[in-house]
Amino acid sequence: MIEYQNIFTTVQVSAPDYAGVPVEDTHDDRTGILTHSYWMGKLGDAQIGPIYLGPLGVAALFTGTVAFLIIGLNMFASVNWDPIEFVRQLFWLALEPPGPQYGLSFPPLNDGGWWLIAGAFLTLSILLWWWRTFALARNYGMGNQMAWAFAAAIWLYLVLGFIRPILMGSWSEAVPFGIFPHLDWTAAFSLRYGNLFYNPFHMWSIFFLYGSAVLFAMHGATILATSRYGADREIDQITDRGTAAERGALFWRWTMGFNASMESIHKWAWWFGVLTCVTGGIGILLTGTVVENWYLWGMKHGLVPTYPMIGEAVVDPLLTEGAQ
Amino acid sequence: MKTLTTKLLATVGLGTALMLGGCEMPPPESTQWGYRGTGMEGVYNPDRLDELAASNIVPEAIPAVPAVGPKAKDIYQNVEVLGDLSVGEFTRLMAAITQWVSPEEGCNYCHVAGEGFAADTLYTKKVARVMIQMTQNANENWDQHVGGAGVTCYTCHRGQNVPEYVWNINPGHKVAGGMKNQMQNVSSVAAGLSSLPVDPFTPYLLDDRNGRHAGTTALRDGGGVSLKESEWGYSLMMHFSNSLGVNCTYCHNSRAFSRWEESSPQRVRAWHGIRMVREMNNDYVDPTTDWLPPHRLGKLGDAQKVNCETCHQGAYKPLLGANVIKDYPNLARLAAQETEMPVEEDTTDMPEPAASMSDMTTGGGDQ
Repeated sequence: MIEYQNIFTTVQVSAPDYAGVPVEDTHDDRTGILTHSYWMGKLGDAQIGPIYLGPLGVAALFTGTVAFLIIGLNMFASVNWDPIEFVRQLFWLALEPPGPQYGLSFPPLNDGGWWLIAGAFLTLSILLWWWRTFALARNYGMGNQMAWAFAAAIWLYLVLGFIRPILMGSWSEAVPFGIFPHLDWTAAFSLRYGNLFYNPFHMWSIFFLYGSAVLFAMHGATILATSRYGADREIDQITDRGTAAERGALFWRWTMGFNASMESIHKWAWWFGVLTCVTGGIGILLTGTVVENWYLWGMKHGLVPTYPMIGEAVVDPLLTEGAQ
Repeated sequence: MKTLTTKLLATVGLGTALMLGGCEMPPPESTQWGYRGTGMEGVYNPDRLDELAASNIVPEAIPAVPAVGPKAKDIYQNVEVLGDLSVGEFTRLMAAITQWVSPEEGCNYCHVAGEGFAADTLYTKKVARVMIQMTQNANENWDQHVGGAGVTCYTCHRGQNVPEYVWNINPGHKVAGGMKNQMQNVSSVAAGLSSLPVDPFTPYLLDDRNGRHAGTTALRDGGGVSLKESEWGYSLMMHFSNSLGVNCTYCHNSRAFSRWEESSPQRVRAWHGIRMVREMNNDYVDPTTDWLPPHRLGKLGDAQKVNCETCHQGAYKPLLGANVIKDYPNLARLAAQETEMPVEEDTTDMPEPAASMSDMTTGGGDQ
């Protein structure tokens, strides 16, 4: 018998092509290639395809492609259609939102207009894909945890690019489409609004984000470590606790005094993932709309520790120099 | 399978080498200059300090001469700026400038052989005149920035006709017809190869755009600067950091970048530096534009201008803080005076705090 106890996938099940069971109320068949890949089998299931796209999937892919092309072509045009520069500078290029002078009006296409159109298509694509995860889960008789978790991420996305800019009265507050530019935007955002680290919702988001990583590692490790006793049947063991669940539970209880259950650990993981985005979105939403400077807000509420200064006090030269 | 593993290992090895190719060998050295826990420290690569020291050596001063005897304006013709110097001092300064700016071309870089020294035939001579005034102005009126060390021609020129680090108004990279150049989102040399704006100099070091972006109240008060503005200021700060070879915490406490109360005194010195450079570019460099030859102009027809790197050249203080003005008192004041200017020795690494600077005169260009 193959023993499954490594952190690398060592067991690869080889099975014939399988198109999946028929599902009620769906009229479209699964389509596309159906093949097997040894290397994909290293990561997950070796079978690739078939796929069910349906009208929602096709619409989502279409609108997503439109957004992708608008962004890509704008980037390409921003280096004068030079293919070498396009490749060299790809990580630096961006489709920038309109400037503050346009407020929430529709700007010229070459000065933020394309950004609005690309954003509209991308948002439509994401929402269609969300609807698809919702509808497919229904069709397959599943719960909708997936769709709601995805919705949490969409909430954060909408706050950044849509809800907050509208509340601020300017599209210029939104994030550019680009690899490095969106990272520079993030740093500038924190500089402009007085250090996001003093934003309590940012703290919560970080807590859940790092917590997700810890939980993921703890859970993965527990299941792998007890798989030799049947922990791979972890869902069975929610109601019919076997020796694997018993050992995993006791390990944690005797190590730290408390343990999750085979069921609750998955809820922990789900909520940590979801709350990362929900709290993060709230934190972004409050920035600039309610709070102007998180550091000063933190000082006001006793959040900021005071350090003794070294050397003589530094004073804003605008104050000491007078109005010159 | 074995060859596959070998190939895989080779690929991973090569990939790692490529990824780490731009890194410096650890361990770096750090110097603390703020309260513990605030991260206010400088990080240096000890392997590079020798290189830095070697590229910041001040040339030996020409032996001083007495300020007595006939004046330059009485002996030579067309001496507009340095006329009150004694002939001995004048000749000494000319020799020094030659050594600093045109060691290879010699006197002929500014004076045409056979024409006599008086003629203003060459543009280089006219530029030199303006640059001498600029240097004197910096030393006399910008003590808050250059105090304790002063500047001479060598601070920037380092033996070259044109200082190595100068800038022109950036026309922006080429974009397709109909596109608007956002002046950012390409690799920005000025901003440390980030995607930040490519020309932070024009708004802040030529024009007097307000560089303060951070909110000044805890809660929203309706005012405030657009988020996009912050990226321009951020870009200028990257230039500061690159030019001085320091990190943000040389001036700022990173938990509250905008707060002066938590900043180091260097930040005040830099604040004056911005205004000093702005004045240099507007009052001294820009007026030369009309009579500079085309090859000394930028793509938009503007003269080559000054920024932090022009003097600092990667050092936290130009020439690592050496007092260069003490040997050349004739450059220490505008409208050269015969009395020597007392120059304080730079005894500390930290500049004087703002309080002691507040009563000193500043030049124009402040806002």
